[in-house]
Amino acid sequence: MDARKGDWVRIHDAVLEAGKRAPSVPEDTQRVPLEMWVKGFLLDEGANIGDRVKIETYIGRIVEGVLVEVNPYYKHDFGKCVPELLYIGKQVRSLLDEDGE
Amino acid sequence: MSYEAVMGRNFEIMRKAVGMDYSRFESKGIGFDYEKMMEETGYTLEEIKRIQAETGVGNTPIYELRNLTKLARNFAPKGKGARIFLKDEAVNPSGSFKDRRAATSCYHAKRLGYKGVIAATSGNYGSAVASQAAMRGLKCIVVQECYDSKGVGQPEIIEKARKCEAHGAEVVQLTVGPELFYTFLVLLEETGYFNASLYTPFAIAGVETLGYEIAMQFREREGRDPDVVIVTNAGGGNLTGTARGLIKAGAKETKVIGASVNLTGLHMASDIQFNKKSFTTGHTGFGIPFTTWPDRSDVPRSAARPLRYMDRYVTVNQGSVFYMTEALAQLEGLERGPAGNTSLAAAFKIAQELDEDQIIVVQETEYTGAGKHLNAQLTFAKENGIDIIIGDPREEIPGKNIILPKDPGYISVEEVDLNRTRRSYIRNCIKHYNVDKVSEEDLSFLCQDTKSHEVFVKSVLDELGIKY
Repeated sequence: MDARKGDWVRIHDAVLEAGKRAPSVPEDTQRVPLEMWVKGFLLDEGANIGDRVKIETYIGRIVEGVLVEVNPYYKHDFGKCVPELLYIGKQVRSLLDEDGE
Repeated sequence: MSYEAVMGRNFEIMRKAVGMDYSRFESKGIGFDYEKMMEETGYTLEEIKRIQAETGVGNTPIYELRNLTKLARNFAPKGKGARIFLKDEAVNPSGSFKDRRAATSCYHAKRLGYKGVIAATSGNYGSAVASQAAMRGLKCIVVQECYDSKGVGQPEIIEKARKCEAHGAEVVQLTVGPELFYTFLVLLEETGYFNASLYTPFAIAGVETLGYEIAMQFREREGRDPDVVIVTNAGGGNLTGTARGLIKAGAKETKVIGASVNLTGLHMASDIQFNKKSFTTGHTGFGIPFTTWPDRSDVPRSAARPLRYMDRYVTVNQGSVFYMTEALAQLEGLERGPAGNTSLAAAFKIAQELDEDQIIVVQETEYTGAGKHLNAQLTFAKENGIDIIIGDPREEIPGKNIILPKDPGYISVEEVDLNRTRRSYIRNCIKHYNVDKVSEEDLSFLCQDTKSHEVFVKSVLDELGIKY
């Protein structure tokens, strides 16, 4: 079993199916569903990834969806080295130096 | 709950969720009583200062950017190159000027007895509401447009989600699409929480202290008002509130310039183009539509009406903003942005048009961090097939490449034709209210709402074949 009652999990659900999107959205968006992700504490006794479950969000709302992650965490970071940026600091400093400082 | 049924209850849901009846300010035709709305439903400047002081918002420091000023003068004609100053809004509790808007919204929600607040935002405002809600003991939900259909999220928006959760908020993350508003309405109805919209009179009044502080701080340190205040423009609230604050301080000669990152050609509701953007705010994708039609916001009448206050509107390219973000860190020791540095990039160029003894103020900064940092943004851009080039920024094509200026002399601004923008706004009014004749009252409203005059408005109405 991937998750037990009370575990902090992330669920996924479709809000609007493809083809049922608002008329104003562009074609590429029309072709895909409006999807949603929410986190909360698992209310079911136990569940596996892919099961439809109920959760209680951090503020206490009950939401249903498909279990996608247990103990979710953030993976965003400061990016990789961007060599294209490395000239900027040297350039602005040397421009000020030329100014006669 | 069907999409149509919920959208159909929009007006009723909103009335409950913002605790005010907008119909009180409506007139029969196009116009409404903006000033009455701001006076009756907002707070006085003194009250707002007190409310914001309670939660540590505002009174942010001013830096004179001496090195960047010197750098700008290297590229300016003799005697030109205004002094560039920066108001460091990043030192607000959650890291941006948005705390000012959130402070008043959360105070108001608490006072009216709401148990929680909801905000539909993918930007800094979410963390601001979450932070202020935590201080006021309110529950908080933030609804974000975050992912494309492959589940790839904008790193900057993911960082905002993290920050909201850090303050105990629930974050509902959605894929691309304006139907976010539907989810937002469903949540408002389900919870009965307050709509901490960015566009209520309380939210905009919250920004007035920013403009007011600028005037006061400059009178104290320089003995006069600044010549130019430059504002990063997206939904228009930052510009509207700041300009109103300057006016309330009596700084009537100060010019207010809006600046947006140029993302022309990218559709904001497109699933494919969503992750081709390297800015999630401060760009033309919000700036232009909200300037030409402010009432597209999540309240019946937006209190953010940038055309009313704008003296000039310029755009800058993405590469120039990244360049200036790096220059700010390297020459001034301030690691901020990047989105908030849009107005800094524009200020760098506009300073070169002004005399050396003039003063130009960049009125905002925002915190930087994982996901938001320029390295994170440019790494993400590369992963999405965007070329990073060092060259002439004027050749940048949004969604295809990002061009970093070869040297600071290549940083330029592009003018947005304000008369064209005003014309679009008037056209939108006519279309939306479906009128073939404009009353005396509406004529005067259109003049005020476009900061223009009767001759101009009448000429546009003539073009459109509308009687007056």
